[in-house]
Amino acid sequence: MVVSPEISRYNAEATREGAWEAYVQADRVHRTLYTDEQVFNEEMVKVFGHTWVYLAHESQLPEPNSFLSTKLGLRPIVVTRDRHGDLHAVFNRCAHRAATVCREEVGVAKSFQCPYHGWTFKNTGELVGAPWPQGYGADFDKSKLGLGKVTRVQSYRGFIFGTLSESAPSLPDYLGEAKPWLDYWIDRAPNGEVIVRSAAHRMGYRGNWKLAFDNGGDGYHPSFSHRSLLEMASRMGDSKDMSYFGKTPDDGPMKVYSLGNGHSVIDQRPNFEGPGSIWANQRPQPGREKFEELIRSKYPEDADRLLDVSAGAQINLSIFPNLLLIGNQIQVIEPLGVERTQLTWNATSIGGVPEEVNTMRMRTQEDFPAFGEPDDQANFEEVQRGLAVSEEEWILMNRGLNVDGWQTMDENGVIVTAVTDEIHMRGYYEEWLRLMNGEAK
Amino acid sequence: MSQKVQDYSDTSSWSYHVDESFYADLDNFRDVLNSDWPVAAAEIARRGEGFLAQEARLIDEGRFNDWLELFSADCLYWVPITPGGGNPRLEVSHAFDDCRRLTDRVYWLRTGLAFSQIPQSRTRRVISNVEVLDEPSKGLRFIRSNFIVNEFRAGVHKTYSGWYGHVLTAGDEGWRIRLKQANLLDSEHIHENLTLVF
Repeated sequence: MVVSPEISRYNAEATREGAWEAYVQADRVHRTLYTDEQVFNEEMVKVFGHTWVYLAHESQLPEPNSFLSTKLGLRPIVVTRDRHGDLHAVFNRCAHRAATVCREEVGVAKSFQCPYHGWTFKNTGELVGAPWPQGYGADFDKSKLGLGKVTRVQSYRGFIFGTLSESAPSLPDYLGEAKPWLDYWIDRAPNGEVIVRSAAHRMGYRGNWKLAFDNGGDGYHPSFSHRSLLEMASRMGDSKDMSYFGKTPDDGPMKVYSLGNGHSVIDQRPNFEGPGSIWANQRPQPGREKFEELIRSKYPEDADRLLDVSAGAQINLSIFPNLLLIGNQIQVIEPLGVERTQLTWNATSIGGVPEEVNTMRMRTQEDFPAFGEPDDQANFEEVQRGLAVSEEEWILMNRGLNVDGWQTMDENGVIVTAVTDEIHMRGYYEEWLRLMNGEAK
Repeated sequence: MSQKVQDYSDTSSWSYHVDESFYADLDNFRDVLNSDWPVAAAEIARRGEGFLAQEARLIDEGRFNDWLELFSADCLYWVPITPGGGNPRLEVSHAFDDCRRLTDRVYWLRTGLAFSQIPQSRTRRVISNVEVLDEPSKGLRFIRSNFIVNEFRAGVHKTYSGWYGHVLTAGDEGWRIRLKQANLLDSEHIHENLTLVF
């Protein structure tokens, strides 16, 4: 048994029996977790199936009978609202001969008719009927031939998750200590109204899906991976956004929090002081000067708040295994193959603010996908290339481990540590190991 | 109370001019770019083609500072995500570059530190089906064209296709680009490393 020298929130006595121990050690993980197709296929069943996986945002399903096509791991699914507005998710796979029954990305439909042989299913999955039923025997039981269902679908304040596991904890319990951070992110919107529209940056990279998760909670890379952005930002003198990742960020006020269940968050907010500070430090985006003047003159009492919510949330919240809240974006990790991944950056608007605020949010949310993320993804791809060296077997995640004075644990078991601690990786791999070993929570 | 009057005239540093009327212009440009035009006179058509060919060569040869000079102070370099453009007030784009952000983009490409452009993209584009519409009363020239952009980078060859909408504005030194809208055929779908210039 590998005993993590981390301050552990878990029972040290709990033994792990399973095939994966050798691949996930306290300070390192094996290269094959990023390169081996069998590992990937098993992940698609266990990690993307046996725990809560983010599926969609409720604003993408605005009315009764709305639907949205997406995937749970590699399984094509359709997330639906029934006529009462309740949420469901069904496999996009005809019970007859497996063709997908829904071929549109979004829309409104009470039922789906398979284009291949005409079997028709309600948007809750039940089989309505198959054409010419006289061709089936007496044992043809419609009630057993519905679309397969994602057995548990639940929304937390608009964020829809699904799992095939009956034994997984409730969604709020699974989100656990990530919940207050998610609440902060949602509550930046008046009344918590977050809106996802269709335009999203859908980025692909030639690398394993976990590289995106390794990066989401990584406070170590910005001053190197994002040198081009930081250099560009200093074009007009004082460098603004993200410059605090530069010199020895571990001595600064930023922290990373290991939240349990594989979740983590980087809190950049301590770099900012008081209302209006986030806006003041925002990189200048198209229309900034006119917008600020307009907001300050029309809403003098409320200007700082409105300006701050026009810029990013200043937390990077990673919710295992596929949801990353970065800035104002809802980023979703979609594995396509062992060495190919889609990252969808869903831009968000919010309700209860002047429309100009949302326009500025759009301009803000174009910046990092253009000048930051591509450099990260180039590095993900170069990691994947480097992993071809079969003689060098390990990826290290040991930064911060056994370093005196970095980690403290609060009363809820949340570990707080210096921002470049690789605890976010060790934390999610603990959860990955549990799922891959098929252990109950 | 006296207030210091800020000089916002340098649009490579300031973006005071991107206001509601700036967005309204985009709506108007889109209406024109999506309407049927008469066939332009040969001389006009040839000038339109020539402008696009010159612009294309500057990009393909990596002469981004020279390319930047082609744009007007109130320009927009726009690569929408929603096909046709959607509503930029409420939707994000691959690129929605006013003069300042476009200057940033060129600066960024030239830092030599953008790992997504190490090695640099090599591109070579083909432009065809060029149509030109002049609106002398507004001092504008509209050009519509189809493109195929071939890109080679880091051992991978990619092909992008789509159509350009150019709106040129008459300036002291000839035509300048007021709007360049690059509409990718698959703009709303998955793309790898979309850091090349369209």
